[in-house]
Amino acid sequence: MSRISGHLKDLADRNRVALVPFVTAGDPNPDMTVPLMHGMVDAGADMIELGVPFSDPMADGPVIQRASERALQHHTSLHKVLDMVGEFREKDPVTPVILMGYLNPVEAMGYENFAREAAAAGVDGLLTVDLPPEEADDLLRALKDKALDPIFLIAPTSTDKRIERICETASGYVYYVSVKGITGSADLAIDEVTRRVEAIRKLTGLPVGVGFGIKDPQSAQAIGRIGDAVIVGSALIRRIEERLETPESIVPAVAELLAGMRSAMDSIR
Amino acid sequence: MPVSSQTDYTQMPDDKGHFGRFGGMFVSETLMEPLDELRLAYEKYMRDEVFLAELDRDLADYVGRPSPLYHAQRLSQQAGGAQIFLKREDLNHTGAHKVNNTIGQALLAKRMGKTRIIAETGAGQHGVATATVAARLGLECVVYMGEVDIARQEANVYRMRMLGASVVAVKSGSRTLKDALNEAMRDWVTNVDDTFYIIGTVAGPHPYPVMVRDFQTVIGRESREQILRQAGRLPDALVACVGGGSNAIGLFYPFLNDLETDIYGVEAAGEGLESGHHAAPLCAGKSGVLHGNRTYLMQDEDGQITETHSISAGLDYPGVGPEHAWLKESGRANYVAATDKEALAAFHTLTRCEGIIPALESSHAVSYAMKLAAGMDPKQIILVNLSGRGDKDMHTVAALDGTLL
Repeated sequence: MSRISGHLKDLADRNRVALVPFVTAGDPNPDMTVPLMHGMVDAGADMIELGVPFSDPMADGPVIQRASERALQHHTSLHKVLDMVGEFREKDPVTPVILMGYLNPVEAMGYENFAREAAAAGVDGLLTVDLPPEEADDLLRALKDKALDPIFLIAPTSTDKRIERICETASGYVYYVSVKGITGSADLAIDEVTRRVEAIRKLTGLPVGVGFGIKDPQSAQAIGRIGDAVIVGSALIRRIEERLETPESIVPAVAELLAGMRSAMDSIR
Repeated sequence: MPVSSQTDYTQMPDDKGHFGRFGGMFVSETLMEPLDELRLAYEKYMRDEVFLAELDRDLADYVGRPSPLYHAQRLSQQAGGAQIFLKREDLNHTGAHKVNNTIGQALLAKRMGKTRIIAETGAGQHGVATATVAARLGLECVVYMGEVDIARQEANVYRMRMLGASVVAVKSGSRTLKDALNEAMRDWVTNVDDTFYIIGTVAGPHPYPVMVRDFQTVIGRESREQILRQAGRLPDALVACVGGGSNAIGLFYPFLNDLETDIYGVEAAGEGLESGHHAAPLCAGKSGVLHGNRTYLMQDEDGQITETHSISAGLDYPGVGPEHAWLKESGRANYVAATDKEALAAFHTLTRCEGIIPALESSHAVSYAMKLAAGMDPKQIILVNLSGRGDKDMHTVAALDGTLL
């Protein structure tokens, strides 16, 4: 069992919904990423999705686009992201880390190279948003070879047939995208999300994470009633972006929002 | 790979949109089902005689097809070798080949019940061609255009707005065509229920590369008939400029199994391939994944897409259609490049000796064709796709001459 599966099972046994923050590696600068990761864990994060910056983040809204641009100004390459995970692991051997980004940087490194170096650094899974299962065979082989979990998205537009295919291909968890659109957009329609997640659960035993549109303790709590993991990204990055002039206030501000979400989620069980 | 008469070069792509190891569908999950719907609708209507008759009628009466094939005798003399024939896509309504595709996709959008059209544009030609068909069909139209391109193609921006389209300035990344495409994709993923995304080139996820190709092959089908009628034989070479590559594939495709015809795609060498300031992924890039397909890309060693440069906004794109990537690897087509300077010289030469002002994009093809012709026999034939006219480039060319219009 991978670190992700074991960790999620352990949380479920304790009746705790996983809180999963997303931040872009290298934003606002590479020195902040590892302290930010530790700060988020201290504030109640159970796993971390770490964004790999890309020049053309097609599925992301303006907030995460700007995070990517800030990171790339500091030349945050995939190699450097792996170094950050390695450094994080020196103090935290437990919290699962999932890299999230686009396929091309992984393809440029080479699938086997990536899988070897990512496993060595202590990465647990990879989510490439522009890679559907149909195109994933070669990468899947490389990931499975190094016991890395391939994480896939399920969307409001996914048919049952596609959901089954995705769940057969994925391991660790699946990520339900709660709105049609890009990251950081639109408000959640909780009833619709509930219905969709219930439908997904009929098709798979994998844990279901829910993300897109979660921005405060209220929405985290609402999604916490539905999913096994609550994924929050743009709302955290907005906090970073508002504090570019006072970088020392970034970790506390991000931690504060996460802690608020944590306690709102914990109060329901 | 050696070229072989045993290979049918027209059989690509496979049912998942692969041209050899290129192409495919590399998009976020939200778009997979809508793309499949689009593919099914497209396959259905390409067999529907009523749809095809409407498309043919529009191409004839609205676009002005067939476009002429013109023997450019003075240009041929100037080049000093093979006879150069020009396929006059510049005479189409809206001034370029782009409208062949937008007519087809807009008719499809209407059949699918979509009420809103979006598009990306670089030079503005595809944006204008999209705004034009949207106006004619009474559809809402939004065009995404990089801020940098908006500044260098003001006239086309004004044309699109006159036609009733909203032009949205894209301020992310390099603020050019690739970023406009990113932004159009973001719009589509958000508004996929009522919106049809008209991609302007043979790139993007399946089925776009094959669909746009099929709408553009009218160029090659006409050219083949016209050259057989005028010269009694097939050309020795085809030449077309390649940005994303839609005008080129439109010309090449009906000739792919005519192995006596050599095929040349001309990329933008900008300030020279060795300068790094160019837009020539087939000549100087490497394989990767961007905008929904695997193809040759301009990228750095970390897999980040690099900024491109060309005098012509329409060629200023870091990727290229996956079928071109496959034609390169299969050896069936050759990919070469012309610099800004060479294109500009060809622009002036064609204007002066034939009275035809070409688009800067098409000038790249004219430049290479003249170079190629010089090494060939006067009995031989080169057929060049003159994909667009140069009216839109007056400001750019005048500024280089030191004239302010």
